[in-house]
Amino acid sequence: MLKRKTYRKWNSRIAEAICTVFSFIAVLALVIIVYYVFQRGFQVISWSFFTSLPAPVGQTGGGIGNAIVGSLVMVSLGTLCSVPIGMAAAIYLYENPYSRLALVTRFANKVLTGIPTLIIGLYIYILIVLRIGSYSALAGSISLAVVMLPIITLSAEEMLRLVPESWRDASLALGATRRQTIMRVVLPASAGGLTVGVMLAVATAAGQTAPVLLTALSSRFWLASLGQPSASLPVLIYTYAVSPFTDWQNQAWGAALSLIIFIFILNISAQVFIALRQRR
Amino acid sequence: MENSVKIVTEKLNLYYGNFQALKEVNLEVCSGKVTALIGPSGCGKSTFLRSLNRLNDLIDSVRVEGEVRIDGENIYDKSCDVVRLRKKVGMVFQKANPFPKSIYENVAYGPRIHGVRDKKVLDRIVEKSLREAALWEEVKDNLSRSALRLSGGQQQRLCIARVLAVEPEVVLMDEPTSALDPIATQKIEDLIRALKQKFTIVIVTHNMQQAARVSDITAFFLNGEIVEVGNTGLLFTQPVDQRTEDYITGKFG
Repeated sequence: MLKRKTYRKWNSRIAEAICTVFSFIAVLALVIIVYYVFQRGFQVISWSFFTSLPAPVGQTGGGIGNAIVGSLVMVSLGTLCSVPIGMAAAIYLYENPYSRLALVTRFANKVLTGIPTLIIGLYIYILIVLRIGSYSALAGSISLAVVMLPIITLSAEEMLRLVPESWRDASLALGATRRQTIMRVVLPASAGGLTVGVMLAVATAAGQTAPVLLTALSSRFWLASLGQPSASLPVLIYTYAVSPFTDWQNQAWGAALSLIIFIFILNISAQVFIALRQRR
Repeated sequence: MENSVKIVTEKLNLYYGNFQALKEVNLEVCSGKVTALIGPSGCGKSTFLRSLNRLNDLIDSVRVEGEVRIDGENIYDKSCDVVRLRKKVGMVFQKANPFPKSIYENVAYGPRIHGVRDKKVLDRIVEKSLREAALWEEVKDNLSRSALRLSGGQQQRLCIARVLAVEPEVVLMDEPTSALDPIATQKIEDLIRALKQKFTIVIVTHNMQQAARVSDITAFFLNGEIVEVGNTGLLFTQPVDQRTEDYITGKFG
């Protein structure tokens, strides 16, 4: 008896140790990346780095202001397009889980999440850029919207499903229509989870390089209209990082740090928003 | 309230796909009385209850034959307005299911969806409903608190108040006390006895003592059929059918 007990105890300890080590490794990767980016990027960033245009080629200094604006504009527009479509699709999937259209939609979205975003960029390039004859911020926004759409749709459906069936029953039994039930019970109850899904999509979109490069290209000037090519943080990081100039390489680290901080702030504010909502 | 027939079911058959859950159910429910539905698990009593406010409509595979007439109107008629039906026939569920909203918003939910906007009218309805559900004194100072922070018994009474707020004529209760302790159960039972003056109540219960305590009429369900219906006192003391006797004396259950 005693022997079995010690065996069980040791078995449990070993399992716990293995799990601890691996979770530590999982965190370590993130810590190393963030630490390294901070170390290299922190000396570069300053207020003028965020607000000024890149310096002309050959000169040192300058900033990434236009890339920040370009990314903000394209990610915002992409969010504006994909959130309503994704939410509406998710509500459809939630209400008609087994209809043929639902099965097709769900399958298509899963496939879409698996397609390399490069292919999505290429598709928008052929569909819009070639047809219009110019790279544009608008094409960039659309490609980001396509990247975001399946993430939002699938996560939103999951979140709606987490709302207890009993609340839905209660609402319908009181004489509410399906629309009223969705709008007044299901959506408010899942607002936190829905926000997390959108944030995830926004973070993914903000980091996309290939689709933006193929659709909005890049620019060294402020974005003046949606019909023009636009700078963006990921493309700028890519261009600067592979350039032969040390100054550009350093600025790439600064831009990478900016991107991380941006996504970090977005996540934190979403968490705070949810926490504030739930306190009520 | 005079004791007239409120609900009549005639040859009600209900199928889940190929499985027949209700077989030729004929029952009359009188207004101003409490009708209890008893029977073992899976005998169809909850299914029957949910067919009285067409909540079974939500399940795709359900098919209904026969008639359910409430105040003479067949609710399975094409012309029946389900929203109006469910406003008239409220339901309290087995597990208390308040919305994740404030106590006030829970009770005001029904009136709001039926178009009441005036804040003063809503205030009045909320107070009246909470009083009728014997919860007002306990929550009147905390109406903005989350309903999820109430105790189980209070939550169930809140759900009853939420139903009363839409001024139904019939209240269906699906094992409303099965998750509650004896004291909370007693409060709900007192409430049921008080409410029967105003509402027609149909209650499903697993607990035969409860049926005996609160109901005037009892119907015994077995395998989707009604075996016996009668005055509660008589059914429990002098059952006509052998199967009823076996069930109420605990030979199976």
